Amino acid sequence: MWFPRLASDRALRLCAVDAPFALTLRQANTERLYDLNRQAEAQGLSRLMPFAEARAFCPALQTRPADPSGDLRFLAGLRRWALRYCPWVGLEGEDGLVLDITGAAHLFGGEEPLLNDMRARLLRAGLETRLGLADSRGAAWALAHYGPRHGQTIAAPGGTAAALDSLPVAALRIDPETTTALQRLGLPTIGALVRASRAPLARRFGQALLTRLDQAMGHRPEAITPWTDPPHFATRLTLPEPIGLTADVMAGLERLLQALCAKLKAQEAGARALSLTLRRVDQNSQVLSLRLAVAMRDPARILPLFARMVEGVDAGFGIDQLRLAATLVEPLPLQQIGDSRAAQPEQLDNLLTRIGTRIGLDQIRRFQPLDSHIPERSFQLVPATEAAPCSDWSAPRPRPLHLFPPEPVTARGTTPPERFRWRRMSLTTGRATGPERIAPEWWGEDQDWRSGIRDYWRVETKQGRRLWMFHTPQRPGWFVQGEFP
Amino acid sequence: MFCYCSYLPCQNPPPMSAPLPASLPFPLLAGRVHEASGPGAASFAILACAQVPGPLLWISEDWQTARLDPAGLASFTDPGRLLLADTANQTDTLAIAEEALKDGAVALVVAEMTRPLNLREGRRLQLAAKTGGATGLCLIPEGMGSNAAETRWQCSPVFDPGRSADSTLMQWEIIKNKKGTLGAWHVRWDATAHRLDVVSPVGLRPGAAALRG
Repeated sequence: MWFPRLASDRALRLCAVDAPFALTLRQANTERLYDLNRQAEAQGLSRLMPFAEARAFCPALQTRPADPSGDLRFLAGLRRWALRYCPWVGLEGEDGLVLDITGAAHLFGGEEPLLNDMRARLLRAGLETRLGLADSRGAAWALAHYGPRHGQTIAAPGGTAAALDSLPVAALRIDPETTTALQRLGLPTIGALVRASRAPLARRFGQALLTRLDQAMGHRPEAITPWTDPPHFATRLTLPEPIGLTADVMAGLERLLQALCAKLKAQEAGARALSLTLRRVDQNSQVLSLRLAVAMRDPARILPLFARMVEGVDAGFGIDQLRLAATLVEPLPLQQIGDSRAAQPEQLDNLLTRIGTRIGLDQIRRFQPLDSHIPERSFQLVPATEAAPCSDWSAPRPRPLHLFPPEPVTARGTTPPERFRWRRMSLTTGRATGPERIAPEWWGEDQDWRSGIRDYWRVETKQGRRLWMFHTPQRPGWFVQGEFP
Repeated sequence: MFCYCSYLPCQNPPPMSAPLPASLPFPLLAGRVHEASGPGAASFAILACAQVPGPLLWISEDWQTARLDPAGLASFTDPGRLLLADTANQTDTLAIAEEALKDGAVALVVAEMTRPLNLREGRRLQLAAKTGGATGLCLIPEGMGSNAAETRWQCSPVFDPGRSADSTLMQWEIIKNKKGTLGAWHVRWDATAHRLDVVSPVGLRPGAAALRG
């Protein structure tokens, strides 16, 4: 099934134009024609022609910018539509579909009525279509692209060779250079190519040409890759009468959750984020989003997590539609139940989700080690839901309990001062242990370490406080950076 | 609580340690909310964390610059157990502490307070702790406790002249106790044995006179 003018037909479907029409696409700094309709072609325009030239040929040309990604989406939609004919439908390039109708043709009364039905429906949709039907995928492609425009494009079973006999070699899906070379050799049609001896052809053009030929003739299998629709995790409940009570919304939500969770269970997936859209009678809608600490699909566990948000909803004149969608889905395989140890993490995950709805899940964090000897960069805080706890913590030397940005202390000398003032306290050094020299990481740029190497001391004051102080010999100064227990 | 041993060398005598006395209400009573203040309050909280199994929740406000260092924590307890929650204000802190205490999934909830708790807030935390069976510990600024607290501790580090550099000697004074008497103890964490030792105050130890001289 080939759509020779997919892009322009799509544009004209939205807004019909009864005049020469083309789509333009900017390629290599030039506006070129991307696709054009039959009337434009009749004026002598062609694809890839510069736009300015086309305007000169045909001043009445109407254009619009092309949207190749939109065309692909449109083709994917057509693929879904084509599932009405058979279950095996794949994409063929950027402007075609390939259907394996084995065992499906009789449902439409045979091959001829099937193609007529397709042609009629697509014509009604405003799409120009070329159809080909043959035993092999390659032959069907050849018939669709190079077959007689108004004649028979169905190759009878076993009649592939006869149907392709007079078609040009370009119908074998080979590159243009090979096509030109074959024509110069006096092999303009597929029939001539079949009758030529294979060995010289393979030597001259490589195995690719013969592979294409065998695929078209059905000597070599070629599979169709059918696309499967990704599962759609959303459910909807439309109500005949609007509702306004929290309990009613929760009851509706419970029904939606059960359907959604059954779907998730069938796919062995769990939802990490859900969004509930409540549409009101006045067409306003409110969206409640829930992020979960862990993928889950148990309605009884998810439902109470919505309770807090549903209470805050303004129902207005009533809510008449609820839509629940799982916006973030993660795989969640089935697990053995009955393990008593599994109950604890589940409870903690529920707690994290509840806390996360208040302050945000990213605000609950845990420590994760980093490979750095700089004290404040030897760890990082990562969201607790995204990292497993890590218990490999070892420090070569005692480290303080608290770290804070360095606070300057007036003192001089390379050993800790006898007396100093810190945070308006006058402190006397009782014992100092050190120094431990830590050099900045030369490969990284760090503002805080501009003052060069640091000599860290553990200073125990007679007043009790045990401080982690450092001296910067390259730019003399004393700072307090941490406190020991 | 200790016996005098005259044959010990007097220059640097090891201080006597004993198992925790029955009068010291530590580990903290579960299902209740306690308070700690003073410069050693964070150390007190960490030592309380070391006494309970399972995950721990530490709630603080996000503007605070002093951060816990996991490398320093590691000698007391496994930093991987700690979940840190950053809140925007004390209302959030209280809401989360209440939620976590009520749930009971974490055995200990440490909440850093910045303004005084009123009786209603303190009572709500107590009721939540009672429901979930978890222990709550509020780190409060000095003199800002709530009447509903089970115990209130004043913690401060103490200089230990007779020990080598790894001293963690501190004084814990209990200044409010609903179910017992008040008192003060000198304690030290033994990092190798992972044990809390109660030691006699510095001035009363054997050989203290020689040190002072």
